[in-house]
Amino acid sequence: MTVPADEKDYIIEVDHVSKSFGDKQVLDDISLFVRKGEFVTILGPSGCGKTTLLRLLAGFTQVSEGSIRLQGQDITAIPPYRRPMNTVFQRYALFPHLNVYENIAFGLKLKDTSSEEIDKQVRRVLKIVGMTDYEERAVDSLSGGQQQRVAIARAIVNRPQVLLLDEPLAALDLKMRKDMQLELKQMHKELGITFIYVTHDQEEALTMSDTIVVMNKGRIQQIGKPTDIYNEPVNPFVADFIGDSNILNGIMKQDRLVQFMYHDFECVDEGFQPDEHVDVVIRPEDIYIMPRNNSAMLNGTVQSCIFKGVHYEMTVITDHGYELLIQDYNQFEVGQEVSLIIKPSDIHVMRKELNSNRIDGTMADATHVEMLGGTFECLPTPGIEAGQDVTVTVQFPKVDLMDYTDEGAASGTVSFILYKGNHYHLTITTDSGEDIYADTQDVWDDGDIVGIRILPEDMTIQAR
Amino acid sequence: MKLKGTLMKRSNWAIPYALFLVLFVVLPLLLIGVYAFRTNTGSFTLVNFTKFVQQTETLNTFIYSIGIALITTCLCILIGYPAAYILSNSELTRGRTLVMLFILPMWINILMRSLATVALFDFMHLQLGEGALIFGLVYDFLPFMIYPIYNTIQKIDKSYIEAAQDLGATRTQVFTKVIFPLSVPGIVSGIMMVFLPTISTFAISEILTLNNKRLFGSIIQDNMMMSDTMNYGAALSLIMLIIIAITTVLSSSDSEELNEGGLI
Repeated sequence: MTVPADEKDYIIEVDHVSKSFGDKQVLDDISLFVRKGEFVTILGPSGCGKTTLLRLLAGFTQVSEGSIRLQGQDITAIPPYRRPMNTVFQRYALFPHLNVYENIAFGLKLKDTSSEEIDKQVRRVLKIVGMTDYEERAVDSLSGGQQQRVAIARAIVNRPQVLLLDEPLAALDLKMRKDMQLELKQMHKELGITFIYVTHDQEEALTMSDTIVVMNKGRIQQIGKPTDIYNEPVNPFVADFIGDSNILNGIMKQDRLVQFMYHDFECVDEGFQPDEHVDVVIRPEDIYIMPRNNSAMLNGTVQSCIFKGVHYEMTVITDHGYELLIQDYNQFEVGQEVSLIIKPSDIHVMRKELNSNRIDGTMADATHVEMLGGTFECLPTPGIEAGQDVTVTVQFPKVDLMDYTDEGAASGTVSFILYKGNHYHLTITTDSGEDIYADTQDVWDDGDIVGIRILPEDMTIQAR
Repeated sequence: MKLKGTLMKRSNWAIPYALFLVLFVVLPLLLIGVYAFRTNTGSFTLVNFTKFVQQTETLNTFIYSIGIALITTCLCILIGYPAAYILSNSELTRGRTLVMLFILPMWINILMRSLATVALFDFMHLQLGEGALIFGLVYDFLPFMIYPIYNTIQKIDKSYIEAAQDLGATRTQVFTKVIFPLSVPGIVSGIMMVFLPTISTFAISEILTLNNKRLFGSIIQDNMMMSDTMNYGAALSLIMLIIIAITTVLSSSDSEELNEGGLI
């Protein structure tokens, strides 16, 4: 993210922060700037480091590298009790030995507030969270939703400059969660406090936030407004994580013309190299489906159709064998032949980060290369000697995955699966901690442990 | 078939235990009750109780026993609480080892430990007596105080501590406003484990004071040993049982709200 022109606008500045627990790096060079009064959501799958980032902001854990500033002042080393921020915890963490009133008054009492003032403030926040008349209740006699409200009241009564919320609605049922989302949004508007909200629920993030920060594997993937994140995802991970999407391989023929599914589509994207390989994202609601006719771009057959309340969700297999997810108000029968149209503005083209695997390795001898924590057989390459550091290039479909780790020269874990219409694009994190990518027709599950095999003729070896 | 059916029913498995309880707990208690209200010859009387109130020596011993038990309990809390707190804070494996070390003496017979205390006092040329008695009692009962407190503190959810820090509590305030109140059930449990057994102890006091200072337990024992004062002994036992019952009820109703004590 670019460095802000006027830093005074920012209440929180997270500056190149990294965090490791032992050998494991949980946050990798995170920079984040939050405006005063903004509702920022940190969104990502479990284990992406979002909670760690929040705990760094609250001061419960210390950064390994980098700094955090609050209103321009470095607070990296300041203990949590001296930070003007308050946290709403995931499991509420209401003190069981205190009643509702005492829980809310806890922070004020520590600041030697007069009892009349405490009384006034507690009643004010109880009114805000809609819990008037619950003062004397024991916290364990409250329902989950009520405990959540008390937890919010306990935090906002201190008038923090920043309110940190750690998946505060995760333990509530769906209906309650929807209601609380709206109420929280309303509270944010009325209180004018900066909210930093952590969640793994993309719908929650889209509904509530001014700004969404998408995280994966300890890195920020994208920062933007909900509409930007949804309409203009920067990479397949974001596109896949936010909402439903069809992600396909494509080739940029020229400006505003992209080829995918064996068809040339007009689009609105420019500035790519001629014939550059790209990822194409089309949202399921942006594909127009109609009975078979000759004027359409694509033809296909309905494979499944599920009623989803407002719309029908269908999968259509195109005549070229691509599987597309489509949402439409009209129902099409399974087996029905249909035609599809995609408007240029609904096609989102993304630059590919990689076209093939580029793996760092070392030559063991003329016909063996050490990489990915294993030794692979390779063809002898002229001019490359034993002991030399090399870069091995392997096309995605040439990486073979094996059920048993001893069938491969190296092993790893499937860490991300992306369906690309006619094949799966898998990310495999090897035991040596590197990521390699494989295109396959086979179905694997997230977390599967696999052996990695690459045939000697599929490797291109270059000196590094 | 019929036998098998009887064996299969799980509620029937409780019968041997019920029998045991009736024979060795309920019946003896009833006998104490019956003996306490009888004379040597077997007629109903209240004289055993009036004797307790009138006989100043017994009454004094009773009060003295409670005093000794109170002092022991207080010392156990004062020494045991910080120990439990430190133990629960240290690294997991190290903490466990230390807890084991504290609990280790519990595996040795209490009389052996008292005799060892005597040997220790002799070795250091210290006089046996009241001081030795209190030292011995604290030494014997300290693990019973540490363990329940350690258990309770250990179980306190770390998020309460973070929540308190988040709301502006310093380390000291986190302790006084959150950790200590939440560890009270452990203290209550510890008190029950220390205070009650101390009142009725007799062998330890005899060994450590060379039979100079007598506790209530010794008086009961003396009376019980002789057939002509057995009824009086039974009355004294009954009085002690009632006091134990009252303390138990009081402290358990107290800790129920706070729930999750240590051992009890």
